[in-house]
Amino acid sequence: MTATVTRQVRDRQSTRRTRDASGSTRSPVRWWAYAVLVAVGTASIFPLYWSFVVASSEGAAASGLPSLVPGPHFPDNLARVVTTVDFAFAMQNSLIVASTVAAANVAISTLAGFAFAHLRFPGRNTLFLLVLGTAMIPAQLGVVPLYLVVSDLGWYGRLEAVIVPALAGAFGVFWMRQACEEAVDRDVVDAARLDGCSLLRVIWHVVLPAVRPQAVVLAMLTFMSAWNDFFWPLIVLDPVDSPTVQVVVSELASGYFTDYALMLTGATLGVLPVLAVFVLLARRIVTGIMHGAGRGVR
Amino acid sequence: MGGRAAGYLLLAPFLVVFAVFGLLPMLFTAWVSLHDWHLLDGPRSFTGTGNYLRLLSDWRFYNALGNTVSIFLLSTVVQLLAALGLAALLNRPLRAATWWRAGVLLPNVVSVVAVALVFGQLFGDTSGTVNAVLQSLGLDPVDWHGDRLAAHLAVSVMVIWRWTGYNALLYLAAMQSIPQERYDAAALDGASRWRAFWSITVPGIRPTILFTVVISTIGGLQLFTEPQLFDPLGTAGTGGTDRQFQTLVMYLYERGFTDYDAGYAAAVAWAVVAVSGIVVLVNFGLVRRMVARS
Repeated sequence: MTATVTRQVRDRQSTRRTRDASGSTRSPVRWWAYAVLVAVGTASIFPLYWSFVVASSEGAAASGLPSLVPGPHFPDNLARVVTTVDFAFAMQNSLIVASTVAAANVAISTLAGFAFAHLRFPGRNTLFLLVLGTAMIPAQLGVVPLYLVVSDLGWYGRLEAVIVPALAGAFGVFWMRQACEEAVDRDVVDAARLDGCSLLRVIWHVVLPAVRPQAVVLAMLTFMSAWNDFFWPLIVLDPVDSPTVQVVVSELASGYFTDYALMLTGATLGVLPVLAVFVLLARRIVTGIMHGAGRGVR
Repeated sequence: MGGRAAGYLLLAPFLVVFAVFGLLPMLFTAWVSLHDWHLLDGPRSFTGTGNYLRLLSDWRFYNALGNTVSIFLLSTVVQLLAALGLAALLNRPLRAATWWRAGVLLPNVVSVVAVALVFGQLFGDTSGTVNAVLQSLGLDPVDWHGDRLAAHLAVSVMVIWRWTGYNALLYLAAMQSIPQERYDAAALDGASRWRAFWSITVPGIRPTILFTVVISTIGGLQLFTEPQLFDPLGTAGTGGTDRQFQTLVMYLYERGFTDYDAGYAAAVAWAVVAVSGIVVLVNFGLVRRMVARS
């Protein structure tokens, strides 16, 4: 520890160029590394900023170079969006869909993940491989029959059509199995069972508190993917009776003349909730993705 | 509750959803593809390989296939190489490391619909920002929607923007588990940092590279929202006036959900799976050959 600190201090003080292979932690970061990162960061943020700039400009396309600063017309454009489509209704629908899907995924995946990680039963490994294998098949393969199934159930144009098929998925189960293997102590589970604790009580009092961080990340990821989903809602929802935010925003883009200010006001509004969640939980989401993915491959 | 019964009981909710809405539709696709099947009226007759034979002589299918592969190659190669470089940068001892990581991940949480609309404005033909900048520099404006290659480039930029940071974080996670001793040993041998990157870092994250190649292939060949909303007609469009940027899944959507030809759309779905399988195998082989084992 002391040696590392000393070396770091020495490295910072040294002015000569170090021509060695030191990887991640030793040599100081040069200015150009930050310059590249600033450029990448700007490129990441610019389209979002630009979306707001256009959303606050006048509807008519200006000639020449556009202004880089937001204009004063965001409230007007907002008013136009609200009169063109029922945005509040779409927001409400998306909120219902995304939070139900997120909550259900956490609950169902925790039960299944715990079973895969800590219980022994015949066919366990075969089942798990089947789940993993189908996750590799393009989701669009089943879209035509899924439509037939959902409309046979009478769900066309109803939110059930986008909620129920998304209640659980291979990704969540894989994620929570990993979490249960790492965070839940098998001995504690066995001891609780021996004491006569029912399995559901073990899950509630032992498993859930242990896997809470991973469950939060899973909730966020499924919330965002349900919120952002477009292909399936476009197919099974009715643009007037039951649209989600993405469907409504795409409606704004489907006119015969292109009104960028209107379109991008809708797009900006649709991004805000997810952006808020991301800003609040960025640290957890980043470590969650790095942690889960890093393990998932090996 | 016995151990066995408990296992199945806990799995039951997942298995029901998975079977009814995941597995069953996938298998059912094969059955639908063997029929002349109207999406709303149901099956009309059994045609066997009829839909597949039509598919093989359908120029619009080959057009969509060509567009899909072209956009996929443009976006994936750039995206993964950029992610590799970005991960190497993020792996240095940066100030406010989490902040930078969150910054590069940001594009990935933005909805594809919003991404498609913003970039649609940037790449607009007459009033787009990119063309305005080009013209102010005295250059000719680009026909982003009319020209096939230009359209593919514009769509690829959206994909690259959205996925580079995500892949960089996956690479970063893998890089952090490479033991420091390997770098120390290379440094003792006088290897440059560039050399160490290619002979220690890249081989060290080989499994992750293979994983991202598979994931990007499956995602890239299913591309729908970006090109669909890049069309000025939005969801009513067919990828430009001459289908310059219609992808396979856009074609599936057109045939299945605009023309209601479910049987034919199911055959297209199987084609997407077949193409994905082939491309995954080819890419897997390529990466295995190019990236040595550590």
